[in-house]
Amino acid sequence: MARQVKTSRKIAFTVIAWGVGLAIFFPILWTFLTSFKTEADAIADPPLFLNFHWTLENYTAVQERSDYFSHFMNSVIISVGSTLAGLVIAVPAAWAMAFVPGKRTKDVLMWMLSTKMLPPVGVLVPLYLLFRDAGLLDTRIGLVIVLTLINLPIIIWMLYTYFREIPGEILEAARMDGASLKAEILYVLTPMAVPGIASTLLLNIILAWNEAFWTLNLTAANAAPLTAFIASYSSPEGLFYAKLSAASTMAIAPILIMGWFSQKQLVRGLTFGAVK
Amino acid sequence: MNMKLRALMGACALGALSTTAFAETTITVATVNNGDMIRMQGLMEDFNKKHPDIKVQWVTLEENVLRQRVTQDIATKGGQFDVMTIGTYEVPIWGQRGWLADLNDLPASYDANDILPAIRNGLTIEGKLYAAPFYGESSMVMYRTDLMKAAGLDMPAAPTWDFIKQAAEKMTDKSKEQYGICLRGKAGWGENMAFLTAMSNSYGARWFDEKWKPQFDTAAWKATLTDYLDMMNKFGPPGASANGFNENLALFQSGKCGMWIDATVAASFVTNPKDSKVADKVGFALAPDKGLGKRGNWLWAWNLGIPAGSKKVEAAKTFVEWATSKDYLSLVASKEGWANVPPGTRTSLYENPEYAKVPFAKMTLESINAADPTHPTVDPVPYVGVQFVAIPEFQGLGTAVGQQFSAALAGQITADKALENAQALTVREMTKAGYIK
Repeated sequence: MARQVKTSRKIAFTVIAWGVGLAIFFPILWTFLTSFKTEADAIADPPLFLNFHWTLENYTAVQERSDYFSHFMNSVIISVGSTLAGLVIAVPAAWAMAFVPGKRTKDVLMWMLSTKMLPPVGVLVPLYLLFRDAGLLDTRIGLVIVLTLINLPIIIWMLYTYFREIPGEILEAARMDGASLKAEILYVLTPMAVPGIASTLLLNIILAWNEAFWTLNLTAANAAPLTAFIASYSSPEGLFYAKLSAASTMAIAPILIMGWFSQKQLVRGLTFGAVK
Repeated sequence: MNMKLRALMGACALGALSTTAFAETTITVATVNNGDMIRMQGLMEDFNKKHPDIKVQWVTLEENVLRQRVTQDIATKGGQFDVMTIGTYEVPIWGQRGWLADLNDLPASYDANDILPAIRNGLTIEGKLYAAPFYGESSMVMYRTDLMKAAGLDMPAAPTWDFIKQAAEKMTDKSKEQYGICLRGKAGWGENMAFLTAMSNSYGARWFDEKWKPQFDTAAWKATLTDYLDMMNKFGPPGASANGFNENLALFQSGKCGMWIDATVAASFVTNPKDSKVADKVGFALAPDKGLGKRGNWLWAWNLGIPAGSKKVEAAKTFVEWATSKDYLSLVASKEGWANVPPGTRTSLYENPEYAKVPFAKMTLESINAADPTHPTVDPVPYVGVQFVAIPEFQGLGTAVGQQFSAALAGQITADKALENAQALTVREMTKAGYIK
């Protein structure tokens, strides 16, 4: 009897999980399907699910009009660059806070997080002026700097949480064996925290890839990443949903595939230390 | 040795000269994603051939993003763009502030006097032309000829609001998802307020009196909003408070609207058999009036302007001259047909017998000519603009008032409450901005 209840519960949870999963995935699926419709089919009422005339014309139109590869390369450079730069700063910072906590460590952590609470538009004009004077407008390096600073609190917080799970005694032992600070962080701490660092890296690449406020506001023609590529397909006058969907599918495909292959690592990293 | 040195120096000089001769100036053009602009990007070969020393880079953005980006860039002198696509709302404000380079020195062959006077006046301040129109539009009635016939009515070339209401009633059959009239309901200064402000002009209403006192507490505004809500609630599609240009375009193209009053540029979409189910059953008429001497049509143009701080003004002017010239119109006609030529900018285009064959050409011109941005209302006003008020505060104000009217359409508040709120918020903002002492 007890076993039966357990099975029915299991089935219920499975159904709910699939339901939630499909609901979350549905917008992406709909975008994908719309990208193969004609503009007229894209706005058909009632909406057409699979029974429409499949066409690749939107992808052809997008390819003809835009330079996808240059936007893609900008996205790769900006997201990977900002994540690596963030890690270089965050690993020592998180080490200090996890293993040599001071009286105000918690406050510092909260202060760092508080910078995420300000709406980005609040600092848009000052930052725009700084970028203008420094000649950083519409440059990849400018965006790498900005995205590094924006995602830094999250990187530090995530790494801090992972590092706290590592017993301090191991580092002490390394120190007693004569390891320098650099060696301690590089050869003892980092290898042990690889799952955590990897998931932080992946999550931040995704965050930087999808960042649309700064990447749209600080770029023009040269450093514009895929977010700008998508934005260029929205139209005030005329039908554009199918072409916009094709552009969106092309923009999210690389990061979706990356997420797919690394999902084990991502989930492992994100749930690390959750059950205690 | 001496010979060798001389030869080397000569080669260097030649090299330097050739570098100068082929020095390429790169200009960045910020633009919106609409059919005419995209078409121009496809025709750049002609410009590149004529001006090999100028390279054009495009930044295409969604309208609202573009507006925010170019405003921010020009106000901070960011220098990101050398040519900007801007509307008739921005040009007078920016021109007055000295943010735009004037285009009075374009060569005589450009023939600036050929630009339609209604459009040119909106872009000129104190005799200086601050932007060149790329395409112009007004609004008009687009209607289903078959449904009008079935209703036993004949659409006059210049209808009244009373006729529109009567026709909407007769064309509505909600059981068949057929709605007599589709109008904008989505909140926004360029969305429902573009339509309602233009409609209010024909009802004798205005945003402000000559002393900048808001006028939403007048009978004319009450009549405008009451008639709009009445028509939309009885004969409009469900969920109309979320409908903008594109939503209504989709409804009309799928055969669900009897009439649609909106931008003249829609004519080429609804008559295109590739996307429209009703392409061969569409008629056109002037926007309605109330017998007060003003019609409910607006006037808009997308224009190319050059930021005053651009370091490449000459190259930018060369591009603007090419893109808005008579030759460009002929180029589009030769490659894509006359129906695809950017409309509403030049008198000569409407004198061309070939263009006269385009079904919506005549009505577009008449609609544009029926709008006067310098005298938009029945009673005098202190502002310029037909469906907008050309002051910097209008973007925020127009959207806030639009939200009130959209809420009234959604049934969340009454028409009286919406007007009362609109009056209160406009008085507050105009006082804060110093217009009301």
